[in-house]
Amino acid sequence: MKEFKVTPIRNGTVIDHISVGMALKVLKIIGVKDEVSSTVSVLMHVPSKKAGWKDIVKIEDRELDPKELDRIALISPNATINIIRDYNVAEKFVVEVPNVIKGIMECSNPGCITNKDEPVEAEFVVESKKPITLRCVYCDRITTDVAEHIR
Amino acid sequence: MSAGFKGMDVVSIRDFSREQIEHVLKLAEKMVPIAKGEERSVLLEGHVLGSLFYEPSTRTRLSFDAAMTRLGGRVLGFDQPAGASVAKGETLADTIRMVDSYSDVIVLRHPQEGAARLAAHFASRPIINAGDGAGQHPTQTMLDLFTIRKEKKKVEGNNVVIVGDLKYGRTVHSLSEALAMFGADLTFVAPPSLQIPKEHLKQIESLGRKPRISGSLEEVIKDADVLYVTRIQKERFPDPAEYQKVAGMYRIDLPMLKDVKRDLMIMHPLPRVGEISSEVDATEHAKYFDQAFNGVPVRMALLGLILGGLK
Repeated sequence: MKEFKVTPIRNGTVIDHISVGMALKVLKIIGVKDEVSSTVSVLMHVPSKKAGWKDIVKIEDRELDPKELDRIALISPNATINIIRDYNVAEKFVVEVPNVIKGIMECSNPGCITNKDEPVEAEFVVESKKPITLRCVYCDRITTDVAEHIR
Repeated sequence: MSAGFKGMDVVSIRDFSREQIEHVLKLAEKMVPIAKGEERSVLLEGHVLGSLFYEPSTRTRLSFDAAMTRLGGRVLGFDQPAGASVAKGETLADTIRMVDSYSDVIVLRHPQEGAARLAAHFASRPIINAGDGAGQHPTQTMLDLFTIRKEKKKVEGNNVVIVGDLKYGRTVHSLSEALAMFGADLTFVAPPSLQIPKEHLKQIESLGRKPRISGSLEEVIKDADVLYVTRIQKERFPDPAEYQKVAGMYRIDLPMLKDVKRDLMIMHPLPRVGEISSEVDATEHAKYFDQAFNGVPVRMALLGLILGGLK
């Protein structure tokens, strides 16, 4: 019998300490969909020393851009990113909420012009990072429930 | 400060500082004789205004037309999208890019919130927001401020009671923030289902004002210097039963005005649908038709500044 439920990866990115239940949304945010040519493992509801339970996402053979990864902070402020090279953690950092969010969320206002068939991406200014409060650049609507509006 | 006006988009009243708004109001005062047709002007001769009204409007559209025409400019556009390429499914972005090449400034009324900001994104010419859904209507706010200042000499210190649809009414949100910025005291009167949204209340409080919230007009009308009445807008109600319940709750008639201050001024962005009884029109309190006229000089001042004819 093997020890590990999921084996350590040799090269790639491990997103750890994802708020429990958010792993699939994290995959959406970082755009892991069709164009993946390596293994992606998702662990959900894993015991965590810090937070009780957490999710983990491991992407093999890909080092994700930290700027892209900062968006994860929107739904999982305590997530950590580990860049793995040859089984070792080569870089490690905590995600940070960016000041402007573009293209990954839709506006919570159904009457907002960005929810119609116009050639623009919804764009938000981060008014507050704790708790996360976003203001739509177009209609000014305030959104606090980010996970609900990830596309 | 006025150097900043030329080419500026007018999307939200928040785009303006108090000093900038005061500058517009001061210039609007000078425009009054031209707006009345007593003096002639060729200030904007050769300029073209693109007027795009995706929703019905009488006052806003006609007063922009009047303002541009009185200053010697021309207006093109549509007042209902039915006959335009919009009806064929053209995006707002495409329509704007086209009109952008035909005109020097674009006035836009659109049912979707954020439409004016989107238009500003695609247009190289300045965009003036003439109302975007339940969103902003900055030129209405300016003419409201102009009207109060004209009657009361200043906005500061006046107790402004705003009654009606404070939730969906687009004029109310822009106006209440501007009034707070100018130091007026605010009282909001509405049934709980139509009270001012929390985010607007927060914004007002962040400007250092503490508005009164009430459900009863009788309770607060005696102390009012300005009574701003808004229409309960049927088209913004998802449920007709809820509309019926609240429509006509705050009707202004002569008995209602029994104990008010002598110089109380009553305003209404119009159209009214029974909120103010016609018997009130003959009283000194009624200022809503002056208010409707004031849209012309205020929009003249703004057009003059944006197109560079005024400094």
